[in-house]
Amino acid sequence: MKILVCIKQVPDMESRFKPDASGVWYAETDLAFRVNEYDEYAIEQAVLLKEQLGGEPEVTVLSIGADRVVEAIKKGLSMGGDRGVHVQDAAAHLKDSWQVASIIAAYAAGEGFDLILTGLQSQDRGSAQVGVTVAELLDYACATTVVGFGYADGTVTVKRELEGGVKGTVRLKTPAVVTCQLGLNQPRYPTLPNIMKAKKKEVRVIPVAELLHQDQRVAPCEFRAPAKKGSAVVLEGELADQVDRLIGILKDKTAVLR
Amino acid sequence: MKLLLIGECREGKLLEYSYELFGFASQAGAETAMLIVGGEGALPGYGGTVYLADAGKYGEYNPDLHKRLVQAVVERERPDYVVFMHTSYGWDLAPRVAALLKVPQVSEVVALAEGGGFERPCLSQKMRQVVKPKGTPVVLTLQGGAFPALVPGGTPQVQPIDAAGEGRLEFLGYEAAARKGVDLTKAEVIVSVGRGVGKKENIPVIAELARVLGGEVGASRPVVDSGWMDAGSQVGVTGQTVSPKLYVACGISGAIQHLAGMKKSGFIVAINKDKEAPIAGVADVLVVADVMQFVPALTAKLAK
Ligand SMILES: Cc1cc2nc3c(=O)[nH]c(=O)nc-3n(C[C@H](O)[C@H](O)[C@H](O)COP(=O)(O)OP(=O)(O)OC[C@H]3O[C@@H](n4cnc5c(N)ncnc54)[C@H](O)[C@@H]3O)c2cc1C
Ligand SMILES: Cc1cc2nc3c(=O)[nH]c(=O)nc-3n(C[C@H](O)[C@H](O)[C@H](O)COP(=O)(O)OP(=O)(O)OC[C@H]3O[C@@H](n4cnc5c(N)ncnc54)[C@H](O)[C@@H]3O)c2cc1C
Repeated sequence: MKILVCIKQVPDMESRFKPDASGVWYAETDLAFRVNEYDEYAIEQAVLLKEQLGGEPEVTVLSIGADRVVEAIKKGLSMGGDRGVHVQDAAAHLKDSWQVASIIAAYAAGEGFDLILTGLQSQDRGSAQVGVTVAELLDYACATTVVGFGYADGTVTVKRELEGGVKGTVRLKTPAVVTCQLGLNQPRYPTLPNIMKAKKKEVRVIPVAELLHQDQRVAPCEFRAPAKKGSAVVLEGELADQVDRLIGILKDKTAVLR
Repeated sequence: MKLLLIGECREGKLLEYSYELFGFASQAGAETAMLIVGGEGALPGYGGTVYLADAGKYGEYNPDLHKRLVQAVVERERPDYVVFMHTSYGWDLAPRVAALLKVPQVSEVVALAEGGGFERPCLSQKMRQVVKPKGTPVVLTLQGGAFPALVPGGTPQVQPIDAAGEGRLEFLGYEAAARKGVDLTKAEVIVSVGRGVGKKENIPVIAELARVLGGEVGASRPVVDSGWMDAGSQVGVTGQTVSPKLYVACGISGAIQHLAGMKKSGFIVAINKDKEAPIAGVADVLVVADVMQFVPALTAKLAK
């Protein structure tokens, strides 16, 4: 069995974001990068399945992006992936979701993956398109927003999370794409020995030009902070003073403090 | 301009938020037609054309067939936009339709921008981008709550619609939401734990504030996912929707899915070390502080 996990490296969401020179996306200066949260569940699910099947499946971890994404791939390998693929693209951020999916599909087409795991969405762009589009391009079955996963004999049974906490159970045959939702499992922390081992695992580098044959369908034209809609009173400064001011406001504005 | 709106049915009923599609259409000033995979019982209060595919035949969740149904209606109506809600149904089906029609998709639209652009959130709702699709029709998904629900009124002209093809997914059934623990919808005060609280061991500190305020303890989703608290305490789209007199968000960033569950609260206090956190957009008071320093100090003072 061959499993592909697609992971994206995204900035820490607690950062402050400023437009870059082009004015259509964020500047990377001073940002720390990490693995997209949703994709950590995808990696964990692949490794859990590998363990369930006695180590037989081979888990490939792929990321498209600048050289910094190798860090993300290494994390995937230290969680238990077998080999990495780095689709090298210093301008990955200029591709739309359609092009990113087409790159992944172009790579996967010749590889015969039985299962492709992606995140439901990325934290930075959040289109929730890439996984489904990869499935459409490869003509694989696909289930999205998955919070429960089971596999036996070429059949995948998943729980999809719907609104209001309702779930829908769906069965599909491999080859398949599954997009992973938060809470699917408990992503493991890489141990030091596994981090050391990951350093020796192969990471194949493929220049993006070899895989990209599609034009952009959505052009970015603006990037900015949302119009301030809130009118929150902001309390900063000394802790004791903040406490007193908050209690004063609560007494004034709510009926909960007597 | 013409829009094809894709309604959404669950267990035979049209989901309420499908009416937000009409709110969007009215802002766009466009003509509309709707597609629903459902039954007669799911028809909206709307005087336009509704293409109705039989859910008995096509299933409520069978995207391989539903995308063909959308394609069939697109061929008849030639819409400029094909519009879904950004929901578990919409974000699942929309990219399949876009791929089949070989057209652009813009996800989670929150506003129409000048010159045919669409405004959408990025970086976990902290920022906005405006994008322009190249080609038509454009497939759109709309963020829940971004456009007002609107019931146009009237009785639809129903057109049956069919499509050929095989579905590769076998839908086995729905599972109701887990509802254990306290009923937060009745609480007058809720103090909610977010990931910013740091670790499970810190939760009693937050619970103590809730106790002193005479309230219950709620949670954001990651807190539930990592097993710090029960699923019953989760507030948000996939948890409970609450509207207490006072809601205190401790170390919660304010993702749209969390806000959907608490923004109607009477008074909202957010405690966050990040002044830019999106929760500030709905809060009445934002305390910029380390939650594990501020909360014990507040509790101590209140307990006096
Ligand atoms: C002008 C412009 C500038 C941009 N600048 C940046 C930038 O500086 N940095 C940046 O990160 N993005 C940037 N983006 C966004 C980036 O191009 C999109 O992230 C990309 O189109 C993928 O779509 P998505 O993130 O919406 O994927 P989604 O559909 O939301 O992601 C779903 C899943 O697809 C997989 N996936 C997505 N992207 C990758 C990837 N690169 N490698 C492997 N798997 C992946 C993951 O499994 C992910 O969970 C920019 C976009 C534009 C238009
Ligand atoms: C389909 C779908 C459904 C979802 N449903 C829900 C739902 O029902 N409910 C829900 O809550 N989420 C839901 N989510 C998840 C949601 O998108 C967010 O990931 C989640 O709400 C984030 O939780 P958080 O704010 O606790 O964590 P984070 O986003 O990680 O935020 C932590 C916050 O704590 C602050 N912080 C960190 N340390 C400190 C400190 N020491 N002192 C003070 N502040 C600190 C940070 O500045 C940050 O703002 C859903 C997601 C999807 C895709």
